[in-house]
Amino acid sequence: MSSSSLQYQDVKVGDALPELPIDLTVSLIVAGAVASQDYTPVHHDKAAAQSAGMQDVFMNILTTNGLVSRFVTDWAGIDARVTNVSIKLGTPNLPGDTMTLGGSVCEKDDGSATVLVEVTGKNAWGNHVTGTVRVALPTGA
Amino acid sequence: MSLSGKEREEFEKKLEAYVGIDIGVEDVARDEVNQAMIRHWCEAMGDRCGAYADVEAAARSVHGEIVAPPAMLQAWVLGGVAMAAGQADPRDKQKELHRFFDEHGYTGVVATNTEQEYKRYLRLGERISARTLIESISEQKATAIGIGYFINTRTVFQNQHGEEVGSMTFRVLKFEAAEQPAAAVDAAPDASAKPQRLKPGLGFDNKWWWDCLEKGELAIQKCSQCGVLRHPPRPMCHECQSTSWEYIFSSGQGTIYSYVVIRYPEVPGYTYPLVVAVIDLAEGTRFVGNVVDIDPDEVEVGMKVVASIELVDDEMKLPVFRPA
Repeated sequence: MSSSSLQYQDVKVGDALPELPIDLTVSLIVAGAVASQDYTPVHHDKAAAQSAGMQDVFMNILTTNGLVSRFVTDWAGIDARVTNVSIKLGTPNLPGDTMTLGGSVCEKDDGSATVLVEVTGKNAWGNHVTGTVRVALPTGA
Repeated sequence: MSLSGKEREEFEKKLEAYVGIDIGVEDVARDEVNQAMIRHWCEAMGDRCGAYADVEAAARSVHGEIVAPPAMLQAWVLGGVAMAAGQADPRDKQKELHRFFDEHGYTGVVATNTEQEYKRYLRLGERISARTLIESISEQKATAIGIGYFINTRTVFQNQHGEEVGSMTFRVLKFEAAEQPAAAVDAAPDASAKPQRLKPGLGFDNKWWWDCLEKGELAIQKCSQCGVLRHPPRPMCHECQSTSWEYIFSSGQGTIYSYVVIRYPEVPGYTYPLVVAVIDLAEGTRFVGNVVDIDPDEVEVGMKVVASIELVDDEMKLPVFRPA
């Protein structure tokens, strides 16, 4: 086992995860859309995004999902296994803004050695994403 | 355009036919789970977890070998450029349902929720496919962005051996989109636009005060007849009813008389929690302003503060207070 990973028994309800600010660049938004094979024009073509009533290209859901998962595994380490991600979307992630991911442990389940992390991703306009991530942690057993 | 009562009844009756059905097309991954697509994903996300890229670290971990980031689940079955540019498969009942909404004026679409369950992490070489069911369609809802219906779909992902590896529920709102006039597109704000504070209404009675602020001075209005100070600026003295006035500049020194900490709801353009305080200025009048750079739990009535005139957004200057 890699020593950098969190152990289930070392995590307490209420533990806060280190905040993760994400600079929302056009590059990130486009790279995320392309890496997720989502070529819907509003995620890479500014004119298309504006025709849809947005100011500029905006982040697709898969990228949000990827960043939320990364936020949790950055904290939990290589031996963590994400089992569930449940997110609700709010304000769009637009270029020039910053989304700051924050979260804390809200529940522990001894039976499955999983913890539930409450996550919020905030940008200048409010909450881009709120939700929970369930992650299985090693018990060292 | 809105549907009349009778039209709506017929429309909603037809919607029922879509509930509980498989959309009729299977999404099959064009590529096996592979290192190149995983690397592109990790680079985009800034994800440096060794389980996705470092053969040795992955082997030592609980995963035992290179695995794909779990959030890529849906990415394996999306159709890339071809999907975005191509014609919809005529057998696709989900697309048909969306067109049906479009034809009845519900042209807007926005994803609102997604839940994914990962039974296990995917390994290199697996080929993923997905089947989707239209789980439910809500009754008509009035939402902040318009009137519409929520469509819930459930997608089950399996590998080439028929083993279920994960699932996803996805909720979209199909809504009556407000018309987007062409001019609105041209006038679209700069992409980097941040929410700005509401601007004050400026007139003869108060513009002078904001002009002082622009020059970096916190002005206080003073009655020329009785000398009483007053704020915010107004035409007449509340003590002697004189309409002749002058002003002095405040040192910015003050004491917190009272305060509140606003946590919710969050108005765009402010940082929360937000401390709003009534401050006794040293010159002898009161001023309402924000106290910053302090843990809201540390703020106390009677605390000495000092003002500094700063930009609070891209354009507006305001006095903000910090502990003296």
